[in-house]
Amino acid sequence: MVAPNAADARTVRIRIKRQDGPGQPARWEDFDVPYQTGANIISCLQWIAAHPRTVDGRDTTPVVYDSGCLEEVCGACTMVINGGVRQSCTALIENIIDDTNTITLEPMSSFPVVRDLAVDRARLFAALERVRAWVPIDGTYDLGAGPMESPRNQLTRYQLSQCMSCGCCMEACPQFNLEEDEAAWDSSFVGPHAISQARYFNLHETGAILADDRIDLLSAVGGVSDCGNAQNCVKVCPKEIPLTESIAAIGRAVTVRSIKRFFTG
Amino acid sequence: MQHNNRRVIVVGGGLAGLAASVRIAESGVPVDLFSLVPVKRSHSVCAQGGINACNEVARQQGYSEYEHFDETVYGGDFLAHQPPVYEMTHWAPKIIDLLDRMGVPFNRTSEGRRDLRLFGGSLFKRTHFAGATTGQQLLYALDEQTRRWEHEKRVVKYEHWEFLRPIVDDGGRCIGIVAQDLRSMQIRAFRADAVVMATGGCGLVYGKSTNSVICTGAAASRCYREGAFYANAEFVQVHPTAIPGADKLRLMSESARGEGGRVWVPRTAGDTRDPRQIPTEERYYFLEEKYPAYGNIVPRDIATREIFDVCVNQGLGVGGGNQVYLDLTHLDREYLERKLGGIVEIYRKFVGEDPAEVPMRIFPGVHYSMGGLWTTYTPASDLRGMEPGAPNSMMTNIEGLYAFGEVNYQYHGANRLGANALLSCIFDGLFCGVGVANYVQGLDESAASRDASAYESAKQAEEAIVDRLVKADGTENPYLIGRELGDEMTAACTVVKSEPRLLQAREKLSELRDRYGRLRLSDTGLWTNQNLSYARAVGDMLRIADAMIEGSLLRKESRGSHYRTDFPTRHDGDFLKTSVARLDPATDRCSIAYEDVEVGLVVPRERNYAKTHAPAKEEATPAVAAS
Repeated sequence: MVAPNAADARTVRIRIKRQDGPGQPARWEDFDVPYQTGANIISCLQWIAAHPRTVDGRDTTPVVYDSGCLEEVCGACTMVINGGVRQSCTALIENIIDDTNTITLEPMSSFPVVRDLAVDRARLFAALERVRAWVPIDGTYDLGAGPMESPRNQLTRYQLSQCMSCGCCMEACPQFNLEEDEAAWDSSFVGPHAISQARYFNLHETGAILADDRIDLLSAVGGVSDCGNAQNCVKVCPKEIPLTESIAAIGRAVTVRSIKRFFTG
Repeated sequence: MQHNNRRVIVVGGGLAGLAASVRIAESGVPVDLFSLVPVKRSHSVCAQGGINACNEVARQQGYSEYEHFDETVYGGDFLAHQPPVYEMTHWAPKIIDLLDRMGVPFNRTSEGRRDLRLFGGSLFKRTHFAGATTGQQLLYALDEQTRRWEHEKRVVKYEHWEFLRPIVDDGGRCIGIVAQDLRSMQIRAFRADAVVMATGGCGLVYGKSTNSVICTGAAASRCYREGAFYANAEFVQVHPTAIPGADKLRLMSESARGEGGRVWVPRTAGDTRDPRQIPTEERYYFLEEKYPAYGNIVPRDIATREIFDVCVNQGLGVGGGNQVYLDLTHLDREYLERKLGGIVEIYRKFVGEDPAEVPMRIFPGVHYSMGGLWTTYTPASDLRGMEPGAPNSMMTNIEGLYAFGEVNYQYHGANRLGANALLSCIFDGLFCGVGVANYVQGLDESAASRDASAYESAKQAEEAIVDRLVKADGTENPYLIGRELGDEMTAACTVVKSEPRLLQAREKLSELRDRYGRLRLSDTGLWTNQNLSYARAVGDMLRIADAMIEGSLLRKESRGSHYRTDFPTRHDGDFLKTSVARLDPATDRCSIAYEDVEVGLVVPRERNYAKTHAPAKEEATPAVAAS
């Protein structure tokens, strides 16, 4: 429906940290990409895929990266751009280019590299299972409506529910480190996103049936006490989810529950 | 008797695939769920506006499930089989209740009930929503329930796996799939007693669309290659309001208009004033003028053609280009954030302007495929709905191979109404999932006990395709072929079509097929090779594009999204029919036959949104019995 964007003569230097697979050495490759109106990192990577040749004229392979919706709701295209973690679809070239005319792309470092800019975020999803991130419904039969909910509670929940499991908060968190051993995931830091999801489900009337279980899981090793309060997570969240509020809320719930248990045994 | 060794494969982890997985797992049958991406990143996440269902408020204003059914059939220009639409619309309120129980954060009224908004093709508020990210919220709720079944070991996920083909035995029954691990590139055959395709649409055939990058249609095309029929390929929805980008077209939800957004252009061509400086009388609110009752919420095919006409034929596009204003500036900022925050944010991030301050500039973009794999069903004896639990519910012509969600051609006819897609996806999964469970329980032999030879030869066939691709020593780049295909399809086969232009597209496709035979991949490695995966999909897109072009050429009428300048009216005599494409394996080209549509409940009438009609009333006796 839309005419191809007119390319002007300008090119942008895209510098990409590449790695052929797990355990392989990393290297940098530079590409000069013609500038298009409205170009973003994705359109540059698409151009490179069609013209896989470095600035020194060497033929190479298309760059491997994850992407999906390209409108910042699927969470796939997270990478480190000019040193900061973010979604690459919303990284419009005109907003991130500076006098050097060079943009650097690297994979996230908190997850194992699969290839080039693609990383394995299985641990992120495992954390959702760890905190029982679901409402324990009685099955899919027709049992009438769910609980009524105040608009205020809905707004709070809606904000938390926009978490797209992108991994930005985990990459920015100094307490969340690369862990390739799947067996160690359950005892290593669960991450800001999962703590926030636990709060999300605890705020729902039926979801709260599992609230104590979630709080117990987050009281354990790798739970909320692993947070070092650096507050980096909330600064990088593309959906502006109040992650530090969630961590504080869960922290309070952990304290309340431990006091209760102290008195009730 | 309950068989314990039955398994079902679901391909695709969007709303349809997840709803099916949950329903089938709940019935006691284990599910292997395959997806190109972590299921939480499936394209359903992009749906914005909402999900339709009759509700008590609308009911007390004269609305009903029957009216929802009638609107859907009328909106689809009578090309949809009516019994499935009847069943779906009557199930809709139950689906909303279920999603509510799953914890979907639907917007609330001051009393705490589910809020409603207006949507295209209806004069009643019957659309339930969660901000402007309803698809995301619904997908997450089903993702969570699937994770719960995964925790119970009843669902096993294969994420980052690509479906390559259904395995069909000599008797024509589907007994498994071949898939490839997109990391190790290992190809494996998997056994299953039934396979549910829930693989969505094929927007990537058009290059840039509102679809996610995974929506190539390759999975459906591979089923079609293996003998499944592909129906109504010529019906592709072009959404009226998208924002163009260098990499894709980003959707601006119909809810923007449902919540009061107005579409306009300056009355004078070449008016370069700031839109805020143009007085009301010098603005052309063309949808409101031409369609007084529905105004900005006419169905999508109509709004799209009007925008196209205003820009291309009348030359009134903003700045002389292909764009019109979608204006929200008269709405309260807090209201906008609460109801449309998701899309307002997308516009701000990608265009850099605030829709609360400046009218958005939008243009139509390819959005949804009404066509898809052909499926069957068992109608209720009076045609009012489908028989619950029937094993053939939404089964393709290949026994044991089902199609749910967008890849299923049912429900939407020649044009889908806004906020009916989420409904049809979840309905397929829940209603027809039971049929799948019943089907596998009724089989006399399980896939687990079958001879390995069919699996081995299917796997080898896919390995041979990969081998050919990585060893191809031609000169053509698959990305450039993909782009040229997209440009051609967009130019020839979207808003307006004509025989000369379609014939030209047929020639272009022939050229592209020829060039596709002379590929060279720049990446021939066997670890996470996206180049290979894309190149393979280009061949599948070319096969679907052929059915789209030929279906468009043969359908010498205009109906819903399919508009032929050389045949501008609907012609029920010849074309109140489903087009059914079959692949000729010898030529890899389609041949198209026609099949009658079941219209026994609502007699087809003229579709004219410039007029309103009284709310539909259900007749005591279906029309078919009277005739």
